Amino acid sequence: MKKVEAIIRHYKLEEVKDALTEVGVTGMTVSEIRGFGRQKGHKEQYRGAEYAVDFLPKVKMEVVTSDEDLKSVIDTILQTARTGQIGDGKIFVTNLNEAIRIRTGETGADSL
Amino acid sequence: MIYRFGFALILTFLLSGFASTSLLADDVPEIRESGEVAAADEGLDSGNIAWMLTSSALVLMMTAPGLALFYGGLVRKKNILGVMMQCIFLMGLMTVVWALWGYSLAFGGTSPYVGNFDHLLLKGVIPDGQMAKSEWVKACIFCVFQGMFFIITPALICGAFAERMKFSTMCVFMVLWGTFVYCPIAHWVWADSGWLCEWNKQALYPAFDFAGGTVVHISSGASALICALLIGKRLGFGQEPMPPHNLTYTCIGAALLWVGWFGFNAGSALEANALAVNAFVATHFAAAAGVLAWSIAEWVALGRPSILGACSGAVAGLVCITPAAGAVNPIQGILLGLIAGFVCYIACTKVKNTFGYDDSLDAFGVHGVGGTVGALLVGIFATADVTGGRVGVIEGNAAQLVNQVVGIGAAAILAIVGSVILLKVLDATMGLRVSQEDEIRGLDLSQHSEEGYIFL
Repeated sequence: MKKVEAIIRHYKLEEVKDALTEVGVTGMTVSEIRGFGRQKGHKEQYRGAEYAVDFLPKVKMEVVTSDEDLKSVIDTILQTARTGQIGDGKIFVTNLNEAIRIRTGETGADSL
Repeated sequence: MIYRFGFALILTFLLSGFASTSLLADDVPEIRESGEVAAADEGLDSGNIAWMLTSSALVLMMTAPGLALFYGGLVRKKNILGVMMQCIFLMGLMTVVWALWGYSLAFGGTSPYVGNFDHLLLKGVIPDGQMAKSEWVKACIFCVFQGMFFIITPALICGAFAERMKFSTMCVFMVLWGTFVYCPIAHWVWADSGWLCEWNKQALYPAFDFAGGTVVHISSGASALICALLIGKRLGFGQEPMPPHNLTYTCIGAALLWVGWFGFNAGSALEANALAVNAFVATHFAAAAGVLAWSIAEWVALGRPSILGACSGAVAGLVCITPAAGAVNPIQGILLGLIAGFVCYIACTKVKNTFGYDDSLDAFGVHGVGGTVGALLVGIFATADVTGGRVGVIEGNAAQLVNQVVGIGAAAILAIVGSVILLKVLDATMGLRVSQEDEIRGLDLSQHSEEGYIFL
């Protein structure tokens, strides 16, 4: 099993979610996050006080998938979340030891 | 459906017929007439009473939710309740002080300089079984209307020491400040015998201050600057970002202030009359012009106008027209608003940055500066078309500008000296600031053991 963490633009969330659902993803977790990469922050001004905002708001989407489905999940995210501009985000993939459905105690791919 | 409609129609017709016959035949008109006669006898005008009660409520609304939201949005989220508590608590505290001795100190007696204790506990202001109704109603309305000013003026100062002042010390400071700074200035300017009073024939320097340019804005603005200087900067000021945490609150607050200001200024006519109409329209126009001036200044200087700028401009325009609303016409009001919006923009951005004081929410930059600009400009533009008498420089009364300067100077000096003394004494006895640790945790938790935002 793999865990896919995709950091994407806010307005891409619905599109990515719908596309993933179509390729068979049945659940995901999203959170509001802030961070920076190559995309520069911006300046804000309040009555003459200027602040550099380095951490930009993004959405983090976490999807757990079986090894076989990994490629289709990643491809789907790449296709739908990409605009070609700096700031599209990143995808991180990690090995996942175990997943358990609390209600039934099912484990592994059955729990997804 | 049609039946029901028809039935309702017949019923309405019958009822209205019944009502009109009873009006024609019965004693209803008699009651109304005798009511009118009684009111006229006692010198009461229901229109005036209605307008002044409404105005008083509008002025109260300026402190909370108006100022509470305007200031609350500008602080960091750990201090939102600190600001709101200052506003709401001052509503309680200053009102009681006003009732016990404040009103008497401000408006009692015939001295040009200080009030007296004739009206302690509102003696001669509230019904006592002896006074004629017309007498106490008039005094009581004036007292409650003025009492609202006694709340918002100290609340304005809170902008200067936001996010770091100890709540207990603030309470003591405001009681003393109200007693020793506000009441004397209000007496000078608005008591019939005051030495700065516009309508006092014996006044040394009769200065225009229709609704509180000196009494409210210069007094609070000058004291605010002293507070910012003596209490010191917030921890991390200039090093860490301190952006407003919720400009939507600030925008709502500014809009409420704008509406409340109609009570503040047009209510200062003390009657529902022509002067009130002029003040209302001039006030509105000045606020509008203030929005444009500040926004345009930002547009030119920074490339885009900001919502905070538009809100600040509205308040600057409102502050500036406050002393002038009963002496200039609405078109001149636009001019005053434009000037104030621009000057206050400079004060809040360039001047503050140059000198580096932490007037956190620009109480001095908007109220001190805007009030001064307004008090000066009314001495220039005051027109007989509105005042019916006294005029400014443009209509040939150059001396009026001197009166205005004396009024500004006197109010500022008392505010500055009074604030320095009070703050020094309180610093030595109670301490002005919260501890560093408490300041970092925020006033919500450290002063009130609450959090503004709990999302479960």
